Amino acid sequence: MSTIRLLAVGWLFHFKMISRSAFEGLGNVIYPLFFATVAFFVFQAGNSPRTLLYASLGSAVMGMWSSVSTTAGGAMQRERWWGTLELLVAAPRHFALILLPITLGMATIGLYSFVATLLWGRFLFGVHLSIVHPALFGLSVVGTVLSFGGLGFLFAVSFVRFRAAWVLGNLFEYPVWLIGGFLVPLALLPSWVHPISWALAPTWGMNAIRQSALGGSPLDDLAICVGLGVGYVALGVLVTERVLRAARLSGSLSLT
Amino acid sequence: MIVAARIFGIGGLTSFRALFYWLNPWIYVPSLLVAPIFQILLFAYIGRSAHLRSDGFYLIGNALQYAAIPCLFAMSQTVSGERYQNTLSAILVSPAGRIPLFLGRSLPVILNGAFVAAFSLAAGSLILGVHLPASSLAPIALVVLIAAFSCTGLGLVNAAISLRVRENAVLSNVMFGFLLIFTGANVPLDALPGWMSTSAQGMPFTHAIEAARRLVAGSSLGDVRGLVGAELLVGAAYGLVGYAVLRWFEVQSRRHATLERS
Repeated sequence: MSTIRLLAVGWLFHFKMISRSAFEGLGNVIYPLFFATVAFFVFQAGNSPRTLLYASLGSAVMGMWSSVSTTAGGAMQRERWWGTLELLVAAPRHFALILLPITLGMATIGLYSFVATLLWGRFLFGVHLSIVHPALFGLSVVGTVLSFGGLGFLFAVSFVRFRAAWVLGNLFEYPVWLIGGFLVPLALLPSWVHPISWALAPTWGMNAIRQSALGGSPLDDLAICVGLGVGYVALGVLVTERVLRAARLSGSLSLT
Repeated sequence: MIVAARIFGIGGLTSFRALFYWLNPWIYVPSLLVAPIFQILLFAYIGRSAHLRSDGFYLIGNALQYAAIPCLFAMSQTVSGERYQNTLSAILVSPAGRIPLFLGRSLPVILNGAFVAAFSLAAGSLILGVHLPASSLAPIALVVLIAAFSCTGLGLVNAAISLRVRENAVLSNVMFGFLLIFTGANVPLDALPGWMSTSAQGMPFTHAIEAARRLVAGSSLGDVRGLVGAELLVGAAYGLVGYAVLRWFEVQSRRHATLERS
């Protein structure tokens, strides 16, 4: 019970802090809208059979991913700047339980971006969001948010000893937009890219959201997405222990 | 005159080098050399998915437009970086002429922006297999330089606003986003609503991107001199506005004691 409380309170605390940051909160909602606008115009002007709804859903998930990728990479760096990293590491609970709510909070901000992009498409481009399976759609969005949080967690712990961790987070924004199948079908990408796409939860989350909105069976995609998210968290816990042990041994947690 | 030249040259170079205490290769390479290539690939594939334009269209548009990142962010850093290091008031209290002071800081930014765009163009063309005719390379290099100059003019406006706005990273990202939509980098101007394509005529990159596309298609530099001239004019206009706003905000900051507001 205390673990759930720690996760819940940590999530709420960090969600409120991120929401009040112009860069991480407002910026992460506004910035993807520019890319969404370009996507709407491109699909509107092109003669592809893919609809604006296809672009709208893809752009919305792009925004969700931006919220995680651009901030998760630098999550530990931020704690380091604030001088709180050592305190968090020294806390009596496993560090993963302290870090996970931070990245879940970031992923939750992505929900703002998701909704904002859908509304943007609705009111500026007249994209009607007709959802075939509303319940499964909601479930797919929540599952995708959670798996994004898991991937963000893995990013955050993997980059903890890298001074410029925020750059790596930014660096992963475009590639995942591209190979996650958000606006480009995987079939258009070179075949060697496909296994990389399949290892990414965003790919399956996007599939699940599209299937549930446009009609189809999203459960398999959703299960893989959530499964990968759990896998990222498990891997992240292992990395956390290894990285923290190395940092303690070398006294390099603060990187000063 | 000599003092002004020293402030322009040495001051500008020193200021630019100061960026590299944090803009080291671990940040420079991923942010300014790798990211633009992925932006080019992303939009080239979106273009393929939407059946709109060729890879070359997106390659040229995005390679040039990405110069906005170094130009906008580096120029805003000329103010916010100084503020962060508590040196802004020392600079603005000095009797140094503001024109050489800020233009000196702009020159390395222009060169860096042009380098980023040229690198992205070269790397992107190799990856996507887009052929750039040898005869077009020198004129394109000139157009790239002018595009970077033009965006640095907007960057000066950005720097001026940074005297009053705390979140200049958000502001720079917003400017970057507008340039992504309006300038024809990804959406043909004739596919945009009329007011947007008209607004685009007053924005950096619009004319340079069009000029570069025509050069690759076989036009000579003389054929695109109107576009090149328009891009220069846009850059100069933003530079003048930026300088005027900078002076105005400087006076206001002194009057209201808001210079160090961080």
